[in-house]
Amino acid sequence: MRITAAFAVTATALVASPALAGEMTVNVTIPRLKVAEYHSPYTAIWIENAAGKAVTTLDVRYELDNAKGEGKKWLADLRTWWRRAGRSLDVPAAGVTGPTQPPGSFNRSFREGTRPLPKLAPGQYKLMVEAAREVGGRETVAIPFSWPPAKPATLRASGSAELGAVTLSVKP
Amino acid sequence: MKSALLRRIALSLPLLALAAAPADAHRRWLLPSATVLSGESETLTVDAAVSNGLFYFEHVAAGLEDLTITGPDGKPVAANIIGKGAYRSTFDVPLKQQGTYRVALASDGVFGAYMLNGERKRWRGSAAEAKTAIPAGATDIQLTPVSSRVETFVTLGAPNDAALAATGRGLEMVPVTHPNDLVTGEDAQFSFLIDGKPAAGLDIEVTAGGTRYRDEAGTRHFTTDADGLVTVRADAPGFYYLEASPAGEARPEGPMAGAPAGERPQGPPPGGRRLSYAAVLEFLPS
Repeated sequence: MRITAAFAVTATALVASPALAGEMTVNVTIPRLKVAEYHSPYTAIWIENAAGKAVTTLDVRYELDNAKGEGKKWLADLRTWWRRAGRSLDVPAAGVTGPTQPPGSFNRSFREGTRPLPKLAPGQYKLMVEAAREVGGRETVAIPFSWPPAKPATLRASGSAELGAVTLSVKP
Repeated sequence: MKSALLRRIALSLPLLALAAAPADAHRRWLLPSATVLSGESETLTVDAAVSNGLFYFEHVAAGLEDLTITGPDGKPVAANIIGKGAYRSTFDVPLKQQGTYRVALASDGVFGAYMLNGERKRWRGSAAEAKTAIPAGATDIQLTPVSSRVETFVTLGAPNDAALAATGRGLEMVPVTHPNDLVTGEDAQFSFLIDGKPAAGLDIEVTAGGTRYRDEAGTRHFTTDADGLVTVRADAPGFYYLEASPAGEARPEGPMAGAPAGERPQGPPPGGRRLSYAAVLEFLPS
């Protein structure tokens, strides 16, 4: 009985709001740094609600091909994400985790209601991007946004050390 | 057994030296290599020392005879003792389970002295041992119950609370804010208990590490409220030393006046009981 009810609720939500499934694309630039010892940073992208609670983790880049499986050891260096979301996430996580990215930019696109972006209740949120680099520093960039978006828009912010430009493009 | 007894006696000497000095002259602490860790399993390294400055190895190594480690399932975890140097002891702790570990030097016993054949003997041990370990001819038995706890907390993965449960004995802290969820600019709340009951009016001293690099001691004082609660906020990240002591703590004084020869101490002697608690807490940048 409960299963039927749960299914009915989900189906209703889908039927009632097909046009409300928004989309977002996140573009993150990792700066090229002139340092003696360079390792691509660990990065995390997640969404926080107005209360500062993590709603979902969208993307995590870490050394998941480490032969001894020691790549997870440094995930806690993404300190803000680790505390808000990371420590309760099982990694690797399909559709969320991937290898570290070299300097340059990378894109991730998400559709509301499809993992890892759940349906978001209307309200104010923040897109959070954090980078932590081995033998390097750590930086967090936040882009406030409201959801659902009324029209397509691109929001921008930029880091100053471990992160370059970060853009969030939203579409209703 | 004999060597264990000798070790215990050897251990007691610096402690008794401490007891004779002003109570706040030195600080005993455990400094973990990290407090927030990730991965399937990890190895924690901890230094144990007694010092003035925080957190520098400058006075004496702390003994590890009272080392107690509680794992995320509430069960004991065995440490790998590396050794004891002049200024610090070091041990590794294998972290094989996800969750929170409590690493403590906790003792609950009696210490003091007695006279035997005109000589003053010092003694430290458990209350039960005192009944049999002190020779029958001893006089002027002066024993003070002492309960002390020095601890720190580390978490592998997501934090949990099983290791944080109160023991119901002595002076202890039960975190309200998880001790591995401390960040600058956010309130951290802790509750204090004496023998399992809320301890109101305790003096709580909080001092940031790195004392060598500043002129001010920078110790802040707090007092626990009627429920034994205190709220602390750190502005700068780092390791902090939190020390709790009963307000107007009764210092042991005077021998057990008139105790007949051979009498074994029963219950707390006059002069009160010595309780001490200290924690090393890490506040991370928000």
